[in-house]
Amino acid sequence: MRQERHGQRHGPQRHGPHGERGPQEDRRRHERREAPAPELVKERTVVLPGQELDSGDYHPGYGTYREGGKIYASVAGILSIRPPTIRVIPFSGPYIPQNGDVVIAIVKIVGPTYWLVDLRAPHYAPLHYTGTPWKVEYGECGEYLRPGDAVVVRVEGMDQSKRIGVSMNGDGLGRLSGGVIEDISPTKVPRVIGKSGSMIRLIETATGARMTVGQNGRVWVDGPQEAIFKVRKALQIIDKEGQRSGLTDRIKLFLEER
Amino acid sequence: MSNEVSTEILATHVLDLAKSGKRLDGRALDEMRHLHITPGYVTSADGSALVELGDTKVLAGIKLEPGTPFPDTPNAGVLTTNAEIVPIASPEYEPGPPSIQSVELSRVVDRAIRAAEAIDLKGLCVTPGEKCWTCFVDLHILDDSGNLTDAALIAAMAALRNAKLPAERFELGETKPLDVRHFPIETTFVRIGDAIVVDPSSAEEGTCQGRLTIATDEEGNVVAMQKAKVGAFSPQDVAELVERAFVHGNKVRAALGQLG
Repeated sequence: MRQERHGQRHGPQRHGPHGERGPQEDRRRHERREAPAPELVKERTVVLPGQELDSGDYHPGYGTYREGGKIYASVAGILSIRPPTIRVIPFSGPYIPQNGDVVIAIVKIVGPTYWLVDLRAPHYAPLHYTGTPWKVEYGECGEYLRPGDAVVVRVEGMDQSKRIGVSMNGDGLGRLSGGVIEDISPTKVPRVIGKSGSMIRLIETATGARMTVGQNGRVWVDGPQEAIFKVRKALQIIDKEGQRSGLTDRIKLFLEER
Repeated sequence: MSNEVSTEILATHVLDLAKSGKRLDGRALDEMRHLHITPGYVTSADGSALVELGDTKVLAGIKLEPGTPFPDTPNAGVLTTNAEIVPIASPEYEPGPPSIQSVELSRVVDRAIRAAEAIDLKGLCVTPGEKCWTCFVDLHILDDSGNLTDAALIAAMAALRNAKLPAERFELGETKPLDVRHFPIETTFVRIGDAIVVDPSSAEEGTCQGRLTIATDEEGNVVAMQKAKVGAFSPQDVAELVERAFVHGNKVRAALGQLG
């Protein structure tokens, strides 16, 4: 309903007064191709950067920007309209840390009272020893975690300038050993988890492997070698085809093979 | 995937898999990744080819220009190989002066072409001591997913086969295809625990204990070798790997030959 109204209301205003443009037929055709008519811009459709999404009623959400009273897409992805917000769920993109995210981090640098860990975010994040369950003496951080170690941590204390810290105190947080980490696009994490963890349960039950999914797109998988291999393959399918519908059925089918 | 490479648990997993004769991507120890070659990829070059070996992508371009022969080889043309590892290839690489990896890569590829006498350098001489053709082989690493060496030489050879000597442009006679006489192919092996695998992925390269590249030609000669990384190969290993390098090299040569 709303989408139709949307189209009718904004349709005629889209390109401005065409007739006034004069004889520049080529240019006009070019512009028309770049900006499709608004009736095409519906929920769940693919949008491209710079594409006009709305001319004012909605709030610009993630993956959009407002300019001259209109909202445009800033990334390639799928349009999602949740009034009053309009946003684009990107096909791919970096991990942007948010407070409370549980992520899998790799220790990169050992300091005297902290470790610097890589979250796949633009900068390394400090993990201070007070954020760990251990009593660490000054300068002895290297005895607990070394570069190359993988840890499950929670993003905490992110401020307005996006400076972050991470902590290892909490349920399910700590150093990982055994298993393997599979990297997927951070934008596909919700697909791997599924509705209230349904996809994780599906994969774990079918293969007998254990999974920990970090919000930053790192997935830790542990179990027998065959199970790990199967889970990694399933994750690669989700990473590649996660934006298409019928994903659960395809994963089910894949897991039932052999 | 620099993060993958340096992760402790990944290294352990790759080692565990190797113990039971398996690999991270499900390949057999002796299996190379899918190879796809697109000759003539860059139309403005005298010769070019895009090679995709799994997710590894290398673009090779050939430029032929008149120049001066080196004083110690007045009767021969000049061959210059350069490898450019661009930052989009992997998070590990930064812009700036040539890295150790790119210097090694260009030298190993150059050595195989030169030692196999793949192109007739004498035939590139125009006037002894004064004028000759200079052959630039430029390798652009677009995506590093492991085993750049093999992919780069395949790209270089496919591009050389595709190259034309632009004699008309420089008023030096008729334009004709570049004379490519031999087909060196490099085969890279890495040791992971007790297993030795061919065509390593970047995870395997980051975990390995020793890397050996063997260049073979179509006449059954070993034309060049390169040993890298910390780790050793026994004489028996090397003898066995030479055999495997011929089997692998002939397969790739067959694929290259089909391109005409």
